[in-house]
Amino acid sequence: MYGNAYIDPNDKANSILAGEDPQKLEEFENRIARGEKIEPKDWMPKEYRRQLIRMIEQHAHSEIIGALPEGTWITRAPGFRRKLALMAKVQDEVGHAQLLYSAAETLGKSREAMINDLITGKSKYSNVFNYPAFTWADACIIAWLIDAGAIINQVANAKGSYGPYCRALDRICTEESFHLKYGHDNVVTLATGSEIQREMVQAALIRWWPPIMHFFGPSDKISQHTEILMKWKVKMASNDDMRQQFLDMYVPKIWDLGLTLPDPLLKKNPETKKWEYTEPDWEEFKRVINGGGPCNAERLAVRRHAEENGRWVREALNNVGSKYVVPLA
Amino acid sequence: MIQSLDPRITRAEIEENNSISPLKDLDQWETYEVFHQKKRGDQHMHVGIVHAPNAEMALLFAKEQYGRRGVSVNIWVVCTRDVFTSDYDDTDMFDVSEKQYREAGGYKVMEKINKYKKANKI
Repeated sequence: MYGNAYIDPNDKANSILAGEDPQKLEEFENRIARGEKIEPKDWMPKEYRRQLIRMIEQHAHSEIIGALPEGTWITRAPGFRRKLALMAKVQDEVGHAQLLYSAAETLGKSREAMINDLITGKSKYSNVFNYPAFTWADACIIAWLIDAGAIINQVANAKGSYGPYCRALDRICTEESFHLKYGHDNVVTLATGSEIQREMVQAALIRWWPPIMHFFGPSDKISQHTEILMKWKVKMASNDDMRQQFLDMYVPKIWDLGLTLPDPLLKKNPETKKWEYTEPDWEEFKRVINGGGPCNAERLAVRRHAEENGRWVREALNNVGSKYVVPLA
Repeated sequence: MIQSLDPRITRAEIEENNSISPLKDLDQWETYEVFHQKKRGDQHMHVGIVHAPNAEMALLFAKEQYGRRGVSVNIWVVCTRDVFTSDYDDTDMFDVSEKQYREAGGYKVMEKINKYKKANKI
């Protein structure tokens, strides 16, 4: 599960195409325009490689870190079946991270380097996972609505141009469909249950609505950079379009359960057929993504603890004769 | 110490400002390519990779990563560095557009038969 890659607005990648061989660039762009995929050892512009590594790596980190807020409730999931299902979901998320790290590796960044960048805070991950899951209902809202948002993003990106990323996403989307049904089932159980259960899910929904609205990122700036990334099929849909798609698919389902959303302006404009809403607080978004959220420190400390405590096992198993080569596909 | 909503994390007594030395090369081991067979009679299909210290562990991880849903009957792992591949830049070597004699469609017998029949009024 994942939002959209966070693109730093201060990134001065202005000279995107500087130094690229014009003939190779043309062949590369023609291949993408014909709908063909790019494979790991193909020639590609430096900026294409850089953006994809960053995007896939952020996506992988999000899967790993996303397992933490949900894992919070494994020991206290109500009932044995939900405990099994939540463990299966958390295992899926960690498996997704591995698939994505592999896809990023084919572009030349090792998994060790990516993990180092995660645990030192150099690389980002989806902002939503810097918020805590206070109650069981929070875990249910995450499983339903955060995964729903992730599916919208991932289905779009699965039609991108880089072969290994598309293949990983196809597999991920299939598995996420279980997460969505599982999450919806849990939310429906609470929303159709006792008064206390309804209050619990309503409170969780209110807590999670701002992060959900942040999920797809701020409106894209119209720039030459964005246009090139769209032409190269690295960025497949605008952040606003994905947010609209999410609202269109899920707000009616939320209202259908008699739950309310904490935004008095939220409505679909019948003329434009677009959703209108209170502009999310993007200062809060930036503050949290840069380390100021309620759980940033805990998430990374837990990750470092896990790496450090597993290290002796990995070292003990290490095969002296092994030699790293970049995975094939 | 982190006081987490997750009791397992609180119990682990983790310092918030813990720091660790960076992962070294091969900390995550090398990679194995995974081939998965859904049912007897099917081809094994390449499905991705796993990182593993040896082939036995690779098989274990491959089962977890690629065989935990749906149907599977068999799985293979091959160390990535043992795979020898062609290059996408050499794709032109697969050009067979002038090799119609290799294809069933390269033989137009009915044309010949019809021509013969017409000429001989059969």
